[in-house]
Amino acid sequence: MAESKVALKRADKEKLVEVCREFNNKPGELINVLHRAQNIFGYLPAEVQEVIASELNVALAKVYGVVTFYSYFTMIPRGKYPISVCTGTACYVRGAEKVLDEFKRLLKLEVGETAADGVFSLNCLRCVGACGLAPVVLVGEKTYGRVSSDQVRKILEEYGYEG
Amino acid sequence: MDFVKLIIDNKQVEVPAGTTIYKAAHQLGIEIPVLCYMNLEHMNIENKPAGCRICVVEVEGRRNLAPSCSTDVVEGMVVRTNTMRVLNARRTVLEFILSDHPKDCLVCPKSGNCELQDLAVKMGVRKIHNEEISQMSSYRVDYSPSIIRDLDKCVMCRRCETMCNDVQTVGALHAVNRGFMSVVAPAFEMDLVKSTCTYCGQCVAVCPTGALAEVDNTPQLIRALSDTKKTVIVQTAPAVRAALGEEFGYPAGTSVTGKMVAALRRLGFDYVFDTDFAADLTIMEEGTELLGRLEKHLKGEPVKLPILTSCCPSWVNFFEQQYPDMLDIPSTARSPQQMFGAIAKTYFADKINVKREDLIVVSIMPCLAKKYECQREEFKTDGNPDVDYSISTRELAHLIKEANMDLRNMPDEDFDNPLGESTGAGVIFGTTGGVIEAAVRTAYEVFTKKKLEKVDFQQLRGMEGIRSASVDIDGFELKIGIAHGLGNARKLLEDIRAGKSEYHAIEIMACPGGCVGGGGQPLHHGHSEILQKRAAALYREDAEKPIRKSHDNPMIIELYEKFLGHPMSEKAHHLLHTHYVDKATVIKTIE
Repeated sequence: MAESKVALKRADKEKLVEVCREFNNKPGELINVLHRAQNIFGYLPAEVQEVIASELNVALAKVYGVVTFYSYFTMIPRGKYPISVCTGTACYVRGAEKVLDEFKRLLKLEVGETAADGVFSLNCLRCVGACGLAPVVLVGEKTYGRVSSDQVRKILEEYGYEG
Repeated sequence: MDFVKLIIDNKQVEVPAGTTIYKAAHQLGIEIPVLCYMNLEHMNIENKPAGCRICVVEVEGRRNLAPSCSTDVVEGMVVRTNTMRVLNARRTVLEFILSDHPKDCLVCPKSGNCELQDLAVKMGVRKIHNEEISQMSSYRVDYSPSIIRDLDKCVMCRRCETMCNDVQTVGALHAVNRGFMSVVAPAFEMDLVKSTCTYCGQCVAVCPTGALAEVDNTPQLIRALSDTKKTVIVQTAPAVRAALGEEFGYPAGTSVTGKMVAALRRLGFDYVFDTDFAADLTIMEEGTELLGRLEKHLKGEPVKLPILTSCCPSWVNFFEQQYPDMLDIPSTARSPQQMFGAIAKTYFADKINVKREDLIVVSIMPCLAKKYECQREEFKTDGNPDVDYSISTRELAHLIKEANMDLRNMPDEDFDNPLGESTGAGVIFGTTGGVIEAAVRTAYEVFTKKKLEKVDFQQLRGMEGIRSASVDIDGFELKIGIAHGLGNARKLLEDIRAGKSEYHAIEIMACPGGCVGGGGQPLHHGHSEILQKRAAALYREDAEKPIRKSHDNPMIIELYEKFLGHPMSEKAHHLLHTHYVDKATVIKTIE
């Protein structure tokens, strides 16, 4: 009998089953269910996707396909303070790459990674609809506009960065 | 129905509203080149992600070019399919695709049969602009017992995804990742062997490039044939004879049985046998099992019904993974391929006085799942498999060409005995409805002890995905269900699980059309009429056979008299039956 890689806590599985039920276990609600699941667990590990696939009666490969298609979804736990640098067209031409490089340098992280202590994680996203404020950085729910690379350290220090 | 008039390449055409430009052009005899588009009309399946943009056309008044595969016609539309703008756009698109495609065409398994290669030839591509600065994506090659995935050659047409999800409902493959990194892969990009793949091979059958291909077992076979210490015997599945000819220029539906036997003999096989013999044997075992369950049912004893056929290894994989709660419903009879192997390595090996390990059994199959099946542990004795290698119809065609032979120049020859003797019932195993018709012919006579005068059961034939029929067996109405394509099979299984099934017996074949449409057959490129012609060839061969009922096969009668005893005997059980394994993925939890 094939077994999945890591076991999920029973209470967590029940929570997921409940979320799926709230959406009437409809295959068409896959993205909504994934959103809720990521809000609960902070990320979407394989085991979570397996439960969702079986509850919604959707192929597991499809669930994984959706998770890997949308940059919002992640299979790696995010940090306590998830940092997202917008690299959409407007932000990009106004210097987002330099800002991103500064985050990488200070945090010693690559895009998509989470620091070992779990405090910061670094990601890119494509356009938050605030192009007038380009380049834009998000830390958690908070938005920073017109960010330049020399402001990066100050932003990080707001969250206890001492490096 | 509303009709729409439009002009394509200065020709007027009238088509039903909702028709695509591509189909309207086709009606005019204008063939627009496509790559990702696939239309399987007989299954009502159309793959049109409009992803490749090879089929673009110019529409008057429209700013950009339109993908003809997925743009509906509009009243008064003026379309041009071959302007310089269109041709240049197509060539640019193709160059983009080729810029991220390996250039090892000479040694690619799809070489000569590749739709991407054909397009490059057709469009006269001689140079890929900016190739030196273009990126190449790179992906690991994934090997399984039946199928090789070489995703560097994937063009993201997503035809395989359509077959795996919409037709077969297996869900092993899906588009994953984004942009340059996107490929079609199993969940978490795990190996195919760990996924829900059943090895039906329908993905391979529709892949336009070499991204999906069968495992090539011909090198081992050639080595075995040149080993003088080994006795090498071959069995050929029914559906092979109805399709092999296509690879040598014969029209679809030409039966090439005699020429195939001659070619196999010239390739060096010591004995050329027929899986049809084992199909007759399967009927003896499966038919007896069916009658056993029916007799209990009629006496009112508790018994599992319907009985499901078990000849198809992809179907076996499917229910082992997806319906582990129903493992006791299918017949325990092994497939004809494995019955042949078991008898060859015991009864026949003794008869010719060859040790088991010196006898190599090869099968020619229309199927890729058979490669996996012959490697299953249940079908080995002390590590030695009953069937050593399984070769697809396409591989056999390659082998014949490699040996510098042309099937067209072969004489007609007969199979060897004893394992080459078969009846018409064995021949029709290769098409949907054939196994159950063969079973009914035998079950009728065994059950009623009367002679069956009319052996053709037209009500069991056809190409509908799910069919039901009833057969009058001396007053008893035997209710039969037939499904081909795993998506159709799933519908019948859900009914059984819900307790809604009224059938006594169900025949299931994983591939649309049955084995004639198997994943190892010459590519039909979506032309369903080819499958019908192959099936017709098998029914024709059946009608021409002097013996048409499995239990009348003299070699089968002799096998039971001299070796097995009777159907379902202890020896038959040991050699000809199997058990199934729960392969479901279980989500484990901890406290």
